[in-house]
Amino acid sequence: MINAVGRDIPEKVLKDLNMKPFAGTYARNGEEYTKAAPKVRAWMDPKESKMVESIADVVKKCNIKDGMTISFHHHFREGDYIVNMVMEEIHKLGVKDLTICASSLGKAHNPIVPMIEDGTITNIQSSGVRGQIGEAISTGKLKGYAIMRSHGGRVRAIESGDVHIDVAFIGAPTCDCYGNMRAVGGKSDCGVLSYAYVDAQYADKVVAITDTLVPYPNIPASISQVNVDYVVVVDEIGNPAKIATGAAKPTTDVRKIMMAEYCTQFVINTPYFKDGFSYQTGVGGASIASTISLGKIMKERGIKMGLGLGGIAGPMCELLEQGLIEKIVDTQDFDLKAIESISTNPNHIEITGSEYANPMNKGAYVNQLDFVILASLEVDTHFNCNVVVDSNGMVTGAQGGHPDTAAGAKCTIVIAPLLQGRTPAICTDVTTVTTPGETVDVVITDYGVAVNPARPDLLECAKAAKLPLKTIEELRDMAYAITGEPEPIKFGDRVVGVIEARDGTIIDVVRQIKDYEWD
Amino acid sequence: MINNPNLNRLRRSMMFLNAQKPGLIKDPYIYKPDSIMLDLEDAVAENQKDAARYSLYHALKEIDYHGVERVVRINGLETAHWKEDIRVCVAGHCDSIRISKCESAADVIAVEEEMKKAEEEFGVPHGEILIMAALESTKGVLNALEICQASPLLFGIALSGGDYTKDLQTTISGTGVEFAWARGQMINAARCAGKQCFDTVFTNLDDMEGFRRETEMIKMMGFDGKSIVNPRQIAVCHEVFTPTEKQIIQAEKIVKEVDEKKAMGIGVFTVDGKMIDIAFYPGAKRTIELAKAAGVYEGDL
Repeated sequence: MINAVGRDIPEKVLKDLNMKPFAGTYARNGEEYTKAAPKVRAWMDPKESKMVESIADVVKKCNIKDGMTISFHHHFREGDYIVNMVMEEIHKLGVKDLTICASSLGKAHNPIVPMIEDGTITNIQSSGVRGQIGEAISTGKLKGYAIMRSHGGRVRAIESGDVHIDVAFIGAPTCDCYGNMRAVGGKSDCGVLSYAYVDAQYADKVVAITDTLVPYPNIPASISQVNVDYVVVVDEIGNPAKIATGAAKPTTDVRKIMMAEYCTQFVINTPYFKDGFSYQTGVGGASIASTISLGKIMKERGIKMGLGLGGIAGPMCELLEQGLIEKIVDTQDFDLKAIESISTNPNHIEITGSEYANPMNKGAYVNQLDFVILASLEVDTHFNCNVVVDSNGMVTGAQGGHPDTAAGAKCTIVIAPLLQGRTPAICTDVTTVTTPGETVDVVITDYGVAVNPARPDLLECAKAAKLPLKTIEELRDMAYAITGEPEPIKFGDRVVGVIEARDGTIIDVVRQIKDYEWD
Repeated sequence: MINNPNLNRLRRSMMFLNAQKPGLIKDPYIYKPDSIMLDLEDAVAENQKDAARYSLYHALKEIDYHGVERVVRINGLETAHWKEDIRVCVAGHCDSIRISKCESAADVIAVEEEMKKAEEEFGVPHGEILIMAALESTKGVLNALEICQASPLLFGIALSGGDYTKDLQTTISGTGVEFAWARGQMINAARCAGKQCFDTVFTNLDDMEGFRRETEMIKMMGFDGKSIVNPRQIAVCHEVFTPTEKQIIQAEKIVKEVDEKKAMGIGVFTVDGKMIDIAFYPGAKRTIELAKAAGVYEGDL
């Protein structure tokens, strides 16, 4: 069936997963539904302890069986030890057909690939995957489907009952004996536990794993004792050096600075750039550079940001310290500066993944965004973006908050160099649609700026900013004139992955990679 | 007489790029330098000269540089490479050839002779490819005037500070004192011969203030532009060399008033309280031309 972004979603996939094709970003607006609820085991006896000796013991206590769904969070990023430690113990039990429902998975989790190959893990639900797990999915080693969800979409799926988590394993930088978890103060600070909150609320069993047991009560807690069944102490939950990096030096790459400058010039020429505006950006070189250059103009003009949202890095915290931002509302910390800021600055506040981006609660923070600055591997002439599948057809990225913020913000700006190495980033049709073009307003490249024709108001702003305006087709033509039109990637027939739109419909599918054959 | 519109084109920024680095030469025009200088000389190792020529030829043939002048820096006349370098420049049809370590009018003439041979070989009309000369020695700087006058193909001379200071037996101090005489001598010679004059590179990329000061100084001395080593330097360079809005308005007034008063038979008059006569006319005209070339003029002159 052809969906609203023109992608053919096979009937078999719709039937297998009991899902509907994407019908438009806001198609389910106003819909009423009843939230799911977990099974709770009452802890009435005060003499009972939640402390469990080891992960091996806790996986037995949780009674993990074939076909269950196990969840993890990704706040430790590439420094995470939790997934591998837990899966190793589960693997020893000989359990099969598990679904991993993670907020994201990375290269740190390469060790679970053999468990995909031997059928321990048969389904993966994640914001995205990198490294060998991506290869395992794309080469057809995963028996079931990989479902890629945005951060907001994952919360929606859990809260609405599309997925039910049997056991959630939550790594916590600090925890007390009764399960109050905080993201700061331990050996492996990660700043926030935003994406794990929904797991704690909706999983039948919740296990806290920490390397820093602290005296009771560990409050204010990101995740409260009332949702936690067991507490396990291990030597190390992660590698701090890979959880949070030191401050990245601002880029000196003129190409990125130039795109950042275009972005800033555009932003300040829109009517949304006024005192109290709200803003979110990523951590790529161009995004950081545009935050820095925007900060200078805010200072000059005495304009303050009311809300800085989402994943946070040092440059945003510096603006907060300079009094140029009223509140930072945080769901993930990318560097030590951000972690220090949320630990010490009362105007830097942790929120949950649902508050951040769930499209089907009673209104998420992303809906209040004026600007979001995003990156993309590919953008096509319909302004659709692909942030998950690479130019070899391999799953190798994550949706993150991309579709959520794009849908929420009044002005969605995507920064992408015209060419990603040898490959055009601006193309006729993206390999895989992860963010629908109807939510993307402006595309900034090193060769020029294109405004979505659906936003003539923003086109006027871009003209006022004296930006080098091009149509999206002109940008594509410039890219193709340099590289030639790339041959389409050769895929097999089997669908190995599903790109779930934030409302739970299917926006695109990912097919198994076909080995290259010489003609 | 050569009738090539490139002779007097705008050259505020002339950016060096290693001709062997695809990532550098594929699209430097997005940074909008006035000229790029594709380097076959110092940036390319001795055993890589062939490979660099190959890469250069295809770049010249296949990449649309969107109007940015394509200068090629060839190896010096003391090397075994310069003749083959000229052949590839002509075969690829670059816009200009930069002679390294030029020391005399004879060097320029030798290059021009080699160009003629190559032009015949590849069917390129004489006069389409221009010449500039880099002065890198005390002898070269002393001979600045004869070099400027050596060929109608030569559009200008550039100081090359690294080798020059070695020849002087000093180092680059950052104060400019070691270049004071060379710069003065060169701009005088260039202007005397009706040619352009370009300053040496500023290599400390982290000292943007120092770069700005040096660029402002050489602009004040009369230079037309500066050799640069990184796109980060373009914006400052252009800012310094592009007339300000105030300067443009002033120049516009002068040009208009002089034209008007001349028709009325008046020789001396005032504009905004300043005494103006015909002597101000060429300078004001030049400001307008510069503003037009830099794409910032919105008036009707």
